[in-house]
Amino acid sequence: MSFDDDAYGALTDHDDDSRWAYGTGFADPMAGVPTAVPDDVDRADLAAYCLMLGDDVLVMSHRLQQWVTRAPELEDELALANIGLDLLGQARLLLTRAGEAEGAGRDEDALAYLRDPAGFRNVRLAERADADFAYLLARLLVFSCWRLPLLDRLVASRDPVLAAIGAKGVKEVTYHREYAAQWVVRLGDGTDLSHRRMQAAIDAVLPTAGELFRPHEVESRLAAAGVAVDPAALRPEFDEAITQVLDAATLSAPAGGEVSGGEMAGRAGRGRDGIHGPELTEILAEMQELARALPGGVW
Amino acid sequence: MTEEIRHEWPLFEVFVRAKRGLNHVHVGSLRAADPEMALHHARDLYTRRNEGVSIWVVRSDDVVSSGPEDKDAFFAPSGDKVYRHPTFYSIPDSVPHI
Amino acid sequence: MTASAGERVFAETIEKDQRVEPRDWMPEGYRKTMIRQIAQHAHSEIIGMQPEGAWITRAPSLRRKAILLAKVQDEAGHGLYLYSAAETLGADRGDLTRRLIEGRQKYSSIFNYPTLTFADVGVIGWLVDGAAICNQVPLCRSSYGPYARAMIRICKEESFHQRQGYELLMTMMSGTPAQREMVQDATNRWWWPSLMMFGPPDADSPNSAQSMAWKIKRHSNDELRQRFVDMTVPQAEALGVTLPDPALRWNAERGQHDFGEIDWDEFKRVISGGGPLNAERIAHRRRADEEGAWVREAAAAHAAKRAEARA
Repeated sequence: MSFDDDAYGALTDHDDDSRWAYGTGFADPMAGVPTAVPDDVDRADLAAYCLMLGDDVLVMSHRLQQWVTRAPELEDELALANIGLDLLGQARLLLTRAGEAEGAGRDEDALAYLRDPAGFRNVRLAERADADFAYLLARLLVFSCWRLPLLDRLVASRDPVLAAIGAKGVKEVTYHREYAAQWVVRLGDGTDLSHRRMQAAIDAVLPTAGELFRPHEVESRLAAAGVAVDPAALRPEFDEAITQVLDAATLSAPAGGEVSGGEMAGRAGRGRDGIHGPELTEILAEMQELARALPGGVW
Repeated sequence: MTEEIRHEWPLFEVFVRAKRGLNHVHVGSLRAADPEMALHHARDLYTRRNEGVSIWVVRSDDVVSSGPEDKDAFFAPSGDKVYRHPTFYSIPDSVPHI
Repeated sequence: MTASAGERVFAETIEKDQRVEPRDWMPEGYRKTMIRQIAQHAHSEIIGMQPEGAWITRAPSLRRKAILLAKVQDEAGHGLYLYSAAETLGADRGDLTRRLIEGRQKYSSIFNYPTLTFADVGVIGWLVDGAAICNQVPLCRSSYGPYARAMIRICKEESFHQRQGYELLMTMMSGTPAQREMVQDATNRWWWPSLMMFGPPDADSPNSAQSMAWKIKRHSNDELRQRFVDMTVPQAEALGVTLPDPALRWNAERGQHDFGEIDWDEFKRVISGGGPLNAERIAHRRRADEEGAWVREAAAAHAAKRAEARA
């Protein structure tokens, strides 16, 4: 090691990288994917749909970012940051695609930082604040159990970019679902206290899941055109996965029958229509504060 | 109150296979409540930069190791068995392929 | 093996520049010094997540957000590599964490300064991580094997940290006048604390001699500080910022830069807990640890139930 010449040179002195299993060979998941919007696809609809899916993960990732330095154990700092990074990566691809489809010159940052809450199309599940770790896990479980079959079907989209995003996302969200499911089981079947907290979180989160399966008109039109996924079709898979996890966790589905029952979100207004709670206003105030404070800034 | 926040999770040793064709190599340890969690944590901690294609985790207290005091009895006896090495045998340079 | 035989092997290992490994005999003083140094280093990584972590949700572009999240995540990872190395010496991470949150074990006082603007994120990468790399590269040859190996991995990962910081600052310097002012202001605030990261002057560094003899440490504080200054000056010039030290100038005779006197009173005040955010940093870590206790207990209880069911 050649510290005496150059401290940084020493960093590259090690040729025995295999010993450290130090990674190389990073691949761009979008390499070679054609970006032209297929001729018969409605660009405005495609842009709106990409915003919906992109805002879901942008906002969900923000909630995960808020857990940084607050995770119950250091190993989970790593895990939550990985999930947050995966979702943020998906958000960037989706917002970029939304901008391309829209064709008005807005990039991922213009879309993330310069829209007001009413312009956001995320499901409200994504924006909800986490009262504790159990809430985060309940939201992550519900989100992942819905999102995974969605991404899986997106792979067949006639939009090549959405198809590629689906293929990339399936691998990522499979892991998120597994992480959330394992933790829900540990907390549900852990101590009396953790069981109570996990049950309370499930009771609060699961009844709001109805919004995830009610198609917006844009989703219906694009699903008919083979571009989008009809969310109503995801429900059986979702119910099966959730039931399996709750059983293993010795938790019960909230009263009222089917696990994804409840129409609370419907009554409160739908995120897909740009109707949000005060939580999203708070999130955006935090996220956009600096970007808006210095117009013309480059980062 | 300090007692109740005591660490309860056991230590696991982590081994990562960097790519096909290589052995799993010890990379460090971590804390986890159960083996599945240890695998997840190992993935999140030790393969953030594409470092692996396979992971082993082993409870640290399940590892049996030789001690430094065994060094002579274990390893010195093989030190003088030079006939185990190919260079011990002299073969004329003119003999091919050996 | 008797203690005296162990002592001889230990001395030979150090003498021959080989690595001491976990189960080797080692002097109690060496073990204690090693645990303390590795633990303080680990604590610094974990506390060091806070000043930058506070900007993740507010990062002004999605690219910077991803970079910063990955960087702060790395710091958690580095803390874990180091705690893992400390545990090979018989330390227990839970115990070390308690020492941290009860204020019985120190961490790098640099993290007790506030991050006032986003330029601080860049300057921390450039100066604080730059100083850390200077300190850490020689530790890759530390006599304690698990520590040296952890440091190799950490140093490799940290080189991304410094570069992303410098790149952010270059970008900001090409931006608006307000952005350039932010960079200069952050440089002004972080320069002196960065120099303090190398520790007290050699004349005033009581533990250094033993650590050098044991090859835990390879270069003196002043040596490393000088090296950092010499490396940083041209970087500041390329960036277009002024380092806030009127005494800073090239000394052709020495072939090194002269620089001004460090405010060692401030250094002592901050290191003994009087830094601007000392109490807040510890309280934050303590809160996370306490609020996570029920989760850790539940996971342990669940594992015990499963083990029982299998038995």
